[in-house]
Amino acid sequence: MSSYFFSRLKILILSLFFASLIIFFMIEIIPGDPASFMLGINAEPETVDALRKELGLDISTFERYFNWITGMLTGDFGVSYTYRVPVSELVMARIGVSIPLALYAIFLSTLIAIPIGIFSASNHGNFKDLSFMGFTQLGIAIPNFWFAMVLVLIFSIYLKWFSAGGVPGWDKGFFVNLKALTLPAFALALPQASILARIMRSALIETLSQDYFRTARASGLTFFQAVKKHAFRNALIPVLTIIGLQFSFLIAGAIIIENVFFLPGIGRLIFQGIVQRDLIVVESVVMLLVFSVIIVNFLVDMAYLYVDPRLRVKK
Amino acid sequence: MKILKPLFAIIITLMWMSPLYAEKNSVVIGMQLEPPNLDPTGGAAAAIDEVVYSNVYEGLTRFRADGSVTPGLAKSWTISDDGLVYTFQLQENVKFHNGSDFDASDVKFSIDRARDENSTNAQKGLFKGISSVDVVNSSVIKITLSNPNGGFIRNLAWGDAIILDPDTANSAASEPNGTGPFKFSKWVKGDRVELVKNNDYWGEAISLEKASFKFISDPTAAFAALMAGDVDAFPVYPAPETLAQFEADPNFNVIVGSTEGETILSTNNKSEKLKDVRVRKAIAHAINRQAIVDGAMFGFGTPIGTHFAPHHPDYIDLTSQSNYDPEKSKSLLLEAGVSDGLNLSLKLPPPSYARRGGEIIASQLREVGIETKIENLEWAQWLEQVFKGKDYDLTIVSHTEPMDIGIYGNPSYYFQYDSQEFRNLMDALNLETNDQERSRILKNAQKLIADDYVNGYLFQLAKTGVANSKLVGLWKNSPTQANDLTGVSWSN
Repeated sequence: MSSYFFSRLKILILSLFFASLIIFFMIEIIPGDPASFMLGINAEPETVDALRKELGLDISTFERYFNWITGMLTGDFGVSYTYRVPVSELVMARIGVSIPLALYAIFLSTLIAIPIGIFSASNHGNFKDLSFMGFTQLGIAIPNFWFAMVLVLIFSIYLKWFSAGGVPGWDKGFFVNLKALTLPAFALALPQASILARIMRSALIETLSQDYFRTARASGLTFFQAVKKHAFRNALIPVLTIIGLQFSFLIAGAIIIENVFFLPGIGRLIFQGIVQRDLIVVESVVMLLVFSVIIVNFLVDMAYLYVDPRLRVKK
Repeated sequence: MKILKPLFAIIITLMWMSPLYAEKNSVVIGMQLEPPNLDPTGGAAAAIDEVVYSNVYEGLTRFRADGSVTPGLAKSWTISDDGLVYTFQLQENVKFHNGSDFDASDVKFSIDRARDENSTNAQKGLFKGISSVDVVNSSVIKITLSNPNGGFIRNLAWGDAIILDPDTANSAASEPNGTGPFKFSKWVKGDRVELVKNNDYWGEAISLEKASFKFISDPTAAFAALMAGDVDAFPVYPAPETLAQFEADPNFNVIVGSTEGETILSTNNKSEKLKDVRVRKAIAHAINRQAIVDGAMFGFGTPIGTHFAPHHPDYIDLTSQSNYDPEKSKSLLLEAGVSDGLNLSLKLPPPSYARRGGEIIASQLREVGIETKIENLEWAQWLEQVFKGKDYDLTIVSHTEPMDIGIYGNPSYYFQYDSQEFRNLMDALNLETNDQERSRILKNAQKLIADDYVNGYLFQLAKTGVANSKLVGLWKNSPTQANDLTGVSWSN
């Protein structure tokens, strides 16, 4: 068991190291200087030099890489060039939008997908199944930013039920924020729900043909009792894997939805950072995302130990 | 499925819990770009001034909505006969938002800081001619120039010349502490900046209790936010294609004003292909300005023939000198020895005036046999390649600084116009304090750059804003980049 743990840990550390190298040097070679961007077209050249010095851009790239990586090891992600506040502070504020949004979207997509999946599987092959699957096909095909704009048009502009975007902030109470995140979460959830529903359906159809399901029916359970007790739990394994994958996508991939609903999330922070050449923000945030994905993978690997007893056996 | 019922119940309850924006002594202003920081002395971003200028921070003098410069923290001033010594009488009983008193030493600190060797002031040039700043007593400051500068009072009105409290100057980027009628309250990064009324303001009291600036970069989202009532005004509205809809709606006012933005087809005067004035003249005659204004700007904008704002009293209309005449353009190209066509690079920064305008200009130039290769750049790339590297033939940029014709006197500026005659004019202008004489020099300068066809002069950028029709007192024009809220109020 410990050899498995250490081999995974080694992979974890190596992945982080190579990721940091790639991220830092990829971003450093983007043309454009943060100091000249900040000072604009009327600035005197010596002013630009003074600012470069103030931002610590006058030292070599390797030195900066070294400072960045050693800083991160001690939890210091650097100070944003443009905002002049620690990157960790920026990230903490943005996470308060991105994580609740992702969780809300996952919640909605699960809520929509699982009943549809079960319903379609139980009507396997008939008209009801086909029409629901047709809808999920549409859900995958519709770009979510377009769907988001339609939602805004209907619910914000005509019905005026929701504001067109933005979040009030968690100090203003839980429900106002939940309300503000409802449309963006729906927009994010639709394609995810469509994928999830299809996976739920096919996983369930697969388990419905298993011997144990037939045995359960034979023992006198109704179709839905048998699904609830036996088939559903087994079908859930691929669904959970997909939900896990979707979560990291929803945190980083919500950038377009964040723009449509002008939400101050992680995606917009990265986007703004790139445009303003706030390189330290981009590097640190991307590194944090990579870190969280790698850690999640590591934890999943560890979880296999628990789920799959074969991995626990020493070789 | 039983879960669906309570869920719908929750959603419906949420819908009716509308936010409490009912009381109308606050305003939400929409802006497309978020300021990178809130210190106008430490960055060029227009968004900084658009939040804090004359709301939070004040300078010795200030711009008014009509472009005039009036006293600010300086009550009055006298100028010595040789034009070198400015003595400012300061407002008294002024306090910074943190409670410390404002006096002449703060002025000395702020101006010395801006012109310091290590200054990161984006408009350091404004302070170049200052030789010393002296405190006479707590309410009188004396600024001595090394050469007379007729535009000095105007320079002090810029956002880059605001007065800071020495104790808090280093935290100005994130926690501004000024003397203005609004106090900084909070900044939710990526989302909004909130200001509240400063009850101890020295000047005329304002009517708003609270003001928020909300940052919405996506044009469609800006439209939705206005329509849904999430923002009360978008002074620089990014989706001109939807303006007609707002014009037809009695709940909204469309505010069309002018800016200081001369939008020009900047031309690399040192480029092998463009150093012949006949070629540049040919380009000028190949451009149909009105078609660009109509096609790229939805009809908003005034064609210009030189680098000067049409609403300025000294402006002269030189558009006829580069009127749209493709035949003339073709013969000029022939005359210049360009018979087998011309291939030029056209590098476009992100604003829509450049991207949309660029497409139109490319097709107009093709008509006279000039092929352009369009390259879309981000701002940071544009600054690197075009502005700093001068690696371009043509580009489109709006020069938004007020009264910036002086850039033509700098031969290493990115369009690389090198004219001793022009530099002489600028030297004469700086020494001149007589208004009539200054006007004559400015007119000659406009004429000279138009004669030399330094750049293709396109149009003066319009300011198109949308506001709730009950909101009054917003600036129509933008003599400087600002959203001055001191005169804004709600009508009944």
